[in-house]
Formats: sequence, C-alpha cells, structure tokens
Amino acid sequence: MSLAAHPVLGSFLQNRNFLDVLYIIAFSLFIQGLRGLSGPTTAVRGNRIAAVGMAIAVIATLLNPLEGNWGLIVLGVALGTAVGVPAARQVKMTAMPQMVALFNGVGGGAVFLISWSEFRLTNGYAFTPTYVAIFSLFAAIVGSVSFWGSNIAFGKLQEIIPGRPISFGAGQQIVNLVLLILAVAAGIDIAAGSHSEAIFIGLLVCAALLGNAVVLPIGGADMPVVISLLNAFTGLSAAATGIALDNTALIVAGMIVGASGTILTNLMATAMNRSIPAIVAGGFGGGGAVEGAEGAGEHGGTVRSTSAADAAIQLAYASRVVIVPGYGMAVAQAQHAVRELTKELESRGVEVSYAIHPVAGRMPGHMNVLLAEADVPYDQLKEMDDANPEFQRTDVSLVIGANDVTNPAAKNNAASPIYGMPILEVADSHSVIVIKRSMNPGFAGIENELYFDPKTAMLFGDAKSAVAEITAELSHI
Amino acid sequence: MILASVLTTNLAILVLAGFIGFVVISKVPNTLHTPLMSGTNAIHGIVLLGGLLVVGFAGNDTFNKIILVIAIAFGTINVVGGFLVTDRMLEMFKSKPAKKDGED
Repeated sequence: MSLAAHPVLGSFLQNRNFLDVLYIIAFSLFIQGLRGLSGPTTAVRGNRIAAVGMAIAVIATLLNPLEGNWGLIVLGVALGTAVGVPAARQVKMTAMPQMVALFNGVGGGAVFLISWSEFRLTNGYAFTPTYVAIFSLFAAIVGSVSFWGSNIAFGKLQEIIPGRPISFGAGQQIVNLVLLILAVAAGIDIAAGSHSEAIFIGLLVCAALLGNAVVLPIGGADMPVVISLLNAFTGLSAAATGIALDNTALIVAGMIVGASGTILTNLMATAMNRSIPAIVAGGFGGGGAVEGAEGAGEHGGTVRSTSAADAAIQLAYASRVVIVPGYGMAVAQAQHAVRELTKELESRGVEVSYAIHPVAGRMPGHMNVLLAEADVPYDQLKEMDDANPEFQRTDVSLVIGANDVTNPAAKNNAASPIYGMPILEVADSHSVIVIKRSMNPGFAGIENELYFDPKTAMLFGDAKSAVAEITAELSHI
Repeated sequence: MILASVLTTNLAILVLAGFIGFVVISKVPNTLHTPLMSGTNAIHGIVLLGGLLVVGFAGNDTFNKIILVIAIAFGTINVVGGFLVTDRMLEMFKSKPAKKDGED
C-alpha cells in the first residue's frame, strides 16, 4: 500500500498492463506447476510453483487501483486462514477425500456469493452487457450446485449422512430436471432484465436443492467420481466469473481446472466401468444390496475363518505374497503395521509387492499416499495392469480391507451392478487371506463371492490389530 | 463493439486454457491422481480474486459486505487449505525415490 501510494512508482504498479503481466506470470506458473505434478519427484515443487503463482495473482489484484475496503479484505482473509490452515495441517491422511470435498465446496460457495454480490451492485445487471449477466448467472447456478453437492459428499464420506443412496425413488430424475429447468428459467428471466432479487434468490435455492438432490442418491462407492466432477464444476464456474469480471487469471485458472477435472472424472469412471451419466443418475449401492442378497443365497454362505497364527504360517512359507490394500487399511490407519509385516516377511526371503487398484480406497491414488506415508518403496507398488498377470504365480494374496475391487462378480456375473469393472484378479492366486471387520458388504453394498471361494480364508478384525498380530505370530515361527 | 471484442478475446482465452488443461494434465500418472485433484482444487481457489475485486465496489450495502467477507474467507480457505494439504500429501512421496538432493 505504501508503495502504491508513491507518486511515480505507484502509477506504474497500478498500470493495467503491468497488472496483466503479473496475471500472465501467475497462470504460466499454474501451468508449470501442474506439469510438475506429473511425476513423484517433481510434484512437491510443482505444487509450490502453483502456490507462488497464486500469491502473485493475489498481489496483482490488491494493487488494482479500484481496490478498496481493506478492512473487509483483511477480515475475510484472516477468517479463511484461521479456518483453512489448521484444517489442512491436522486432517488425517485417511480423511483426505472429505477434506478435498470441503475445500472444493467452499470454492463453489465463494463463486455463487460473488455472483450474488455482482447482482446487487449492478441493480440486477441493469448497467452491464447481457453476456456479463449470463456468465455471472451461470456461475451462480454451477457454484451453488458445487457448494451443496460437495457438502453432501463431505457428509457421506465423514459418515454424518449415510453412505447409502438416499433417493426419491422413480421420480428422482424428474425432480432433478424440474429443479434444473427452474434454475435456468430464473436465470433467463434475470438476464432478460427482470432485475428481481427474489428471482435471483429463487435461482440460488433451486440450484442448492439440485446440488443436494443430485448427490444424495449417489452411493458411497461413486463418491470419488462425484468429487472430481464437482471439482471440474467449480473450475468452470470460476472461469465464468472471470468472464463476467473480465479477469484473465480467473478465466485461465478456472478453465484449466475445469479441463483437468473432466479428464480425472473420465479416468475414474473408466476405471470403474461406469459412465458419468449413470453415476449421476444414482442409486448404485441400492441396487447392489438387493443383488448381493441373492448372491449370498447362491453361495450358501460357507465362509472359512482363520486365526492370526495360521495366517502367519501361511505367509511365512510362501515365496511370493501380494498385498491388496483397500479402504479398510485406511480407516484402521494400518499402513505402518502393514509395512512392519512386509519387512518381517522380506527378512525371511518372501517376495512382497502391493497391488493397487486405481479406485481402491475412496479416491484414485489414495492407497499410494498412505503407503508412501509408511515408507513403502515406490517400486513395490504395482498398478492393476501390472499386478493382474502376476496373481497366477502368487502363493498368498493378503487382502486388507479391500472389497469391491476384488469381487469376481465384476467378471463372472452379468447381473451384478459392478459387472465389467476391472478388478484385481486375486482369485487367481493359490490362496487368499482376507482381513475384514465383519461380513458386511463393502461401500458399494455388494456381497463379495471371493469370500465364499474355498481357497479364501477370512481373518476377522480391525486391519491394524490383525496385521500386528500376524507380525507378532511371525516372530514365533 | 468494444465490449463484444472483450468478450471474444476472453472466450478465445477460455478455449485455449481448456486445451492447455487437457494437454498438461493427461500426462499425470494414476498414483498422483489424489494430489492432482487436491492441487487443481487449490488452483480454483483463484475465485478469491473475484471476491477481492468486487469488494472494492461494495459501498454501503451491509448485506453485500457480509456476503463478500464470507466469499473472501471461503476463497482463502480454498487456496491456503488446498495448497497445504497437497503439499502434505506430496511430501510423503518425496522421501523415497528422490535422493534428497532437491534438484532433478
């Protein structure tokens, strides 16, 4: 501020061209930062480069001669920092998906609040070109959907709201469609010059209900895809805000996120053999539960259970063990215990690797993050396509809290809701040990026929204590 | 006419940014998808700039001031929280393959 007040330097700093140059530097850094995220060795630096870009963009904006109301700015930034920093520092690695959902949600919240404020400042877009109204209203609808949708996703992952689909039944699609039409109609009315704030609030309410109505019926297993989709939505709404405010930094950064979010969403949906429209249509887990009940009947429910001591013996005399981690490992914080077990087995000459399904856990790469935290060497982690041909020469597959991603129904049972989803072909290995808390079906709500396979032994218990017990038993052998 | 050209320039930037997003991000390996989602999530915290710009015009409208402070706070949470969380996740990858030399 003192620099900006300087008579010569100040006018230079506040020159529009100079500020635009700062914006160009900022989004170049975003692009460079995202490129850095393409490899594990450059990713940390990439993220920091993007953060520097953000700092430059914020400084450039504050230098803007039209800037004012510094007290409000300081208040807002202080509040945001006071909430955001401790949340980011203290969140457990297992709770990461919901944290991303929450951070995504507040971004969407900021977007629709900014649109609302623009509406009020311009007396309902009375003295702006029509396109400004259109983009601002688009941002309001999409931002509001993203805010409420992300909050529901957070609630489901945090298990405040049941993970199972909550649906209005057959009328669901119609309800969604009507809400969308109402929101768009309100937008058209305002863009056409109604200047009515009541209608603007109606638009926000319809979009909010739509965000809730779209995400509530979606089962927990699809949640990563939903978060990714909402991330793309928030990016697009930020880009629309950028066009309404004529701000290149917002346009570029928002659109890059919109594009990347779309790619990620597609990759995740492909990995689950699900189409994005089918996911948004919802009800995945609901249908699965019915299917699962029939499946259990067919198998007669013969499940073989084992003890930690038996499992230890089985593992100790294997020459090749593949560990298949899933959400159960994450919830139990078992990654360090798993690493200890691996060390113990390796000291006995057992070859150990990890098979990682692209959507194991609740987000792509979730398992990698946890195992990396426990110092598991990067080259022991095998992706699905590399891991699958190896199962046939694997003596023991140790499944730790993974369920749907190992379910052979995806290959064998055309009636199963997960039919066609690529799975880790654990059933090909010579024997299987599954560590699981109970026989409850997994997040998708589908019974797993792997557990009824004669070569599968179930070790019931919390992943962390079960793995620790096996490691303890190993030392007695 | 001047307004129309501002719009078309911005639309061109929008389309090109979309293509850059596709090209840059399609190279990211599976294992980094969670940090990538978190990192892009932090970048759309750029909406903070929107709040900072509009608050300059807030005038005497108290309600407007309130929603803008909330918007700025939300944007700040998105930016600060997003980058910090991504950094924490990525730090875990760093210690293994990288030989602590910081350069590559």
